[in-house]
Amino acid sequence: MAKDNSYQAVMARKNEIMKAAVGVDYAVYESGSIAFDYESMMADTGYSLADVQSIQREFCVGGTPLMELKNLTALARKLAPKGYGARIFVKDEAANPSGSFKVRRAASSVYAAKKRGYKGVISATSGNYGAAVASCCAKAGLQCIVVQECFDSHGLGQPEIVEKARKCEALGAEVIQLTVGPELFYVFLRLLEDTGYFNASLYTTYGVQGIETLGWEIAQQFREQVGQDPAMVVCTNAGGGNLTGTARGLLKADCHAQIVGASVNLKGLHMASDKQFNRKSFTTGHTGFGVPFSTWPDRSDVPRSAARPLRYMDRYVTVNQGEVFYITEALASLEGLEKGPAGNTSLAAGFYLAQTLPEDQCLVVQETEYTGAGKHVNAQLAFARSNGIEIKVGDPAEEVPGSSIVLPKHPSLIKAREIDMLNLRRSLIKHAISTLPGSENNQTVSLKQSDIDFLAAETKSNADFVREAV
Amino acid sequence: MSEQTAVKGDWVRLHIVAMKPEERTGHLPEDTKGVPLEMWVKGFLQNDSAACGDEVQVKTRTGRLVKGTLTEINPSYSHSFGQTIPELLHIGPQVREMVFGGELNNG
Repeated sequence: MAKDNSYQAVMARKNEIMKAAVGVDYAVYESGSIAFDYESMMADTGYSLADVQSIQREFCVGGTPLMELKNLTALARKLAPKGYGARIFVKDEAANPSGSFKVRRAASSVYAAKKRGYKGVISATSGNYGAAVASCCAKAGLQCIVVQECFDSHGLGQPEIVEKARKCEALGAEVIQLTVGPELFYVFLRLLEDTGYFNASLYTTYGVQGIETLGWEIAQQFREQVGQDPAMVVCTNAGGGNLTGTARGLLKADCHAQIVGASVNLKGLHMASDKQFNRKSFTTGHTGFGVPFSTWPDRSDVPRSAARPLRYMDRYVTVNQGEVFYITEALASLEGLEKGPAGNTSLAAGFYLAQTLPEDQCLVVQETEYTGAGKHVNAQLAFARSNGIEIKVGDPAEEVPGSSIVLPKHPSLIKAREIDMLNLRRSLIKHAISTLPGSENNQTVSLKQSDIDFLAAETKSNADFVREAV
Repeated sequence: MSEQTAVKGDWVRLHIVAMKPEERTGHLPEDTKGVPLEMWVKGFLQNDSAACGDEVQVKTRTGRLVKGTLTEINPSYSHSFGQTIPELLHIGPQVREMVFGGELNNG
């Protein structure tokens, strides 16, 4: 009998398809209540940090330069109060084989897929992760399919995503491109089922463990090159894996820097809207992913996400699109480094945050990404202008996502704006409680001690905060 | 649309309607709900010959056989660096002057 491939039937088989495509039985980590055993899940790949490093070396991944941005620091100090302006460093992740840190996430997934006999790997991503998986598959001799949300209903593609498709194809992958909509997941599930390939999800343990090496390298390089630990690490935040993995790696190296998440402010734009799809100039690293994935990590494509940023985040800030474009130009003009704008989200935030730290401290921006046609300040602004977005020079605080992009008329106007961490933490707790039976009727829920402890860890808070939030 | 004809083995691009508007599901904004979920795939043509607009079958890079409407023969990329954005041009000189001094950085 032919298999029922209707939307409803395929979604009903979701867990079974994922189990076959990831090879993880998530049920074993569940407590039956809110809590699940996160650390056991993270340990069960069987790969230690040293194993992951050795896998990454096989793929020529990692060991990227830590660069001090002395001229950008000098600029920040012109704007900071006397004695302030921390030394700004950047980890040049664009130097990785696929041009971004994402290949750290792909390497262990592809390695595991190969070892376990999968013939190919599939990834659902419109971002740099596609090229990362394609690069590792090329080296491992595996097939690769990348599924992208790329076009609006007029067939108009985001130039940044079109470029990523080109790169995936250049690295030997098959690219499937879709119009806007969350039913991409349905297409993705059918592909997994039809091909029997491995799901290189960004949210499996492999995908997050791979970034621990980045945090570890930052700590080691600071100790060797600078002779002190960074006071602050700024991570661009979308799905949460980048921040989670980096923070875990820093902790494994016994580095206790403040962890700051940074996203581009796209407030008011709906991520599943056909009309708004091409009105944003950032396709990732923005609040449209960053906030919902922080407050409810298990919305991802696996039952339990390994990316749980609120466990590690001390602060979360936003920057505007125009500020990121400005800092990308400044980086090129002052440091001779031309990098992709999206990867510079955390640099725009870091440029401001450095001004708030004493000058004997160090701040590190933990990534850069490659740039090229489509994925470039000019390309992205030209596309925005052709879509009716107003582009002007002025005060970026006046930018309205989807209507305008304001390039700062002076670098003193670049600010990192704080998101209320307490609200984010409460929101995560509320989401977690909404999964309990009876919660939909607004009944008072009583939590087990294990759930309270779990939620305290989930939100980097304590039992009192959790009780109060409930 | 091109009058060109593709023959078996040519590299082509297909268009597929993955879901009609009435089949769309989930919590979608109205604008998205009103349009189909469309999909594009590239592969080597399996039919003896075909023109754009024909229903055809391709074999993709991973060996999958996929049916759809032929939309492009030898599909290429056209993304670029875009038209010049004059509003960007003040940034480089501004930051250099602040760090290295004025009069084109001699002082």
